[in-house]
Amino acid sequence: MISKETVEKIADLARLRLAAEEVTEFSKTLSAILEHFDELNEIGTKNIEPLTTPTAILSRTREDVAVSSGIDVLSNAPEKSGALFKVPPVV
Amino acid sequence: MKYLNKTILEISNLIKSGEAKAADVVAESMSQIEKHNKKINAFVAPAEGALQKAEEIDKKIKLKTPIGILAGVPIGIKDMFCTRGIKTTACSKILNNFIPPYSATVVERIENADAVVMGKLNCDEFAMGSSNEHSIYGAVENPWKEKYVPGGSSGGSGAAVAARMVLGATGTDTGGSIRQPSSFCGIVGMKPTYGRVSRYGIVAFASSLDQAGPMATTVKDTALMLQAFAGFDERDSTTSSEKVPDWVNQISSHMKNITLGIPKEYYTDRLNPAIRKTVENAVQVLKSLGAKIVEISLPHTKYAIPVYYLTCASEASSNLARYDGIRFGLRNPSIDIDDLYKNTRGEGFGKEVKRRIMLGTFALSSGYYDAYFNKAAQVRRILLQDFKKVFAVCDAIVCPVTPGPPFKINERIEDPVTMYYNDIFTTSANLTGLPAMSVPGGFTPEGLPIGVQLIGDHFKEQTLFNIGQALEENLKLEKRIPDGF
Repeated sequence: MISKETVEKIADLARLRLAAEEVTEFSKTLSAILEHFDELNEIGTKNIEPLTTPTAILSRTREDVAVSSGIDVLSNAPEKSGALFKVPPVV
Repeated sequence: MKYLNKTILEISNLIKSGEAKAADVVAESMSQIEKHNKKINAFVAPAEGALQKAEEIDKKIKLKTPIGILAGVPIGIKDMFCTRGIKTTACSKILNNFIPPYSATVVERIENADAVVMGKLNCDEFAMGSSNEHSIYGAVENPWKEKYVPGGSSGGSGAAVAARMVLGATGTDTGGSIRQPSSFCGIVGMKPTYGRVSRYGIVAFASSLDQAGPMATTVKDTALMLQAFAGFDERDSTTSSEKVPDWVNQISSHMKNITLGIPKEYYTDRLNPAIRKTVENAVQVLKSLGAKIVEISLPHTKYAIPVYYLTCASEASSNLARYDGIRFGLRNPSIDIDDLYKNTRGEGFGKEVKRRIMLGTFALSSGYYDAYFNKAAQVRRILLQDFKKVFAVCDAIVCPVTPGPPFKINERIEDPVTMYYNDIFTTSANLTGLPAMSVPGGFTPEGLPIGVQLIGDHFKEQTLFNIGQALEENLKLEKRIPDGF
């Protein structure tokens, strides 16, 4: 059972502003979903190594050399100041 | 229709030989879009300069300049792929104003193959959904029947190809998002092996599951499109350096040395009778062509849904952290930085996306990580072991794509649990990284399409193309284009 308090705590961790009716709804649907998903406990997984990526490709690394992408990273900035992203005061 | 009732292979050959003009083919695509899109709602943004690009291709051919394998073929791009200079939103309010300064590798390679990009296609927001109802642009309608969903999340791609607005489209498949709409729209769709196709420039949903693939009207067209964009990309460290074969020219519908596995766990009471009949018929046809049929067991099938949703939600909650209102996308102006994050995200994400961010954040949070995320990752390995065992005794699995046929718009949107469990037959291929495709198999009594799913071992796309070709040649489905298109 996911209480409204748990929903609010999770929403805070996820930096999501939820309306009151969303909190109620997510408390209900997340509870229903997780109740179904508890069927995973039927399977013993002792000593089984978790699988987090499906193929055996080893992550490659490249030389640590700067390459210009030629991309204007500020082109979609909601607010900018010269060559910088602008944000509200953080200190 | 003079051109778009043909295949990509036929059209590109006509264009290359000068018998057809790319400009005329593209003009016909534009007129199909103009005529039908208002109702179908597949295209959400046009690509400027499509006709100009087609004229350039015609000029190249006249001058006998070397030409790409998709010469002059009109293609649609799912709105999950970045397209330089063309708005890319993942059908979300949070990216409503995003104009990418670069293109995805898939888009770049399609353009380098001389295809003509016609525009961006509708999908579920951030590819989260299986009905294309969760989109800021509204629902897409299935060209086969009024008021029915085209499937999702690549619903716009499925509908645009079914309605012959384009001859091919790109899709992304995280838990079935290429195969399920291909099945619902009566076309062919392939999710390649994980690592076959570059994810560079594709809006990330769940990075260990996401894979892009082609959707087209025939098996050979699907293979040809995949040939144009598969292969190693230094900008995606998970792409494979495995050679991309000439699938199209190696396709063989010879079934004599093929063993097909039929998973007994897939045939439950919940399977719709018309779908059961269609898949059983496909198996019989393949058997009559000489394929050997064996019953196999995938004993942990029902656990794929919890494993899938816990995994994809966890990865999504991490991937979607980038939408913070600072560097691109929507910003809700607030004086406090924390309010800015929360208000921007609260305003910009739709309900299903929020639900998955919440589920994922919960599964990864302190105190629940071992019970949910880690448990799912352990069962994910058991699922992979099941499939590896099966591929020791058969070359491919033949099974349904979905337990039920296409449903009505608004019929299921409020019931996430039912919606999630409909992905029971498709999600395993993503969790295990296996290639899988949907090919048309028949119709429901109401005339809605039913696909047959083929799942193969890692990097064995050729086997799937071969079996798909055998079905296409021998099922002899006469009706390939819905009425009125």
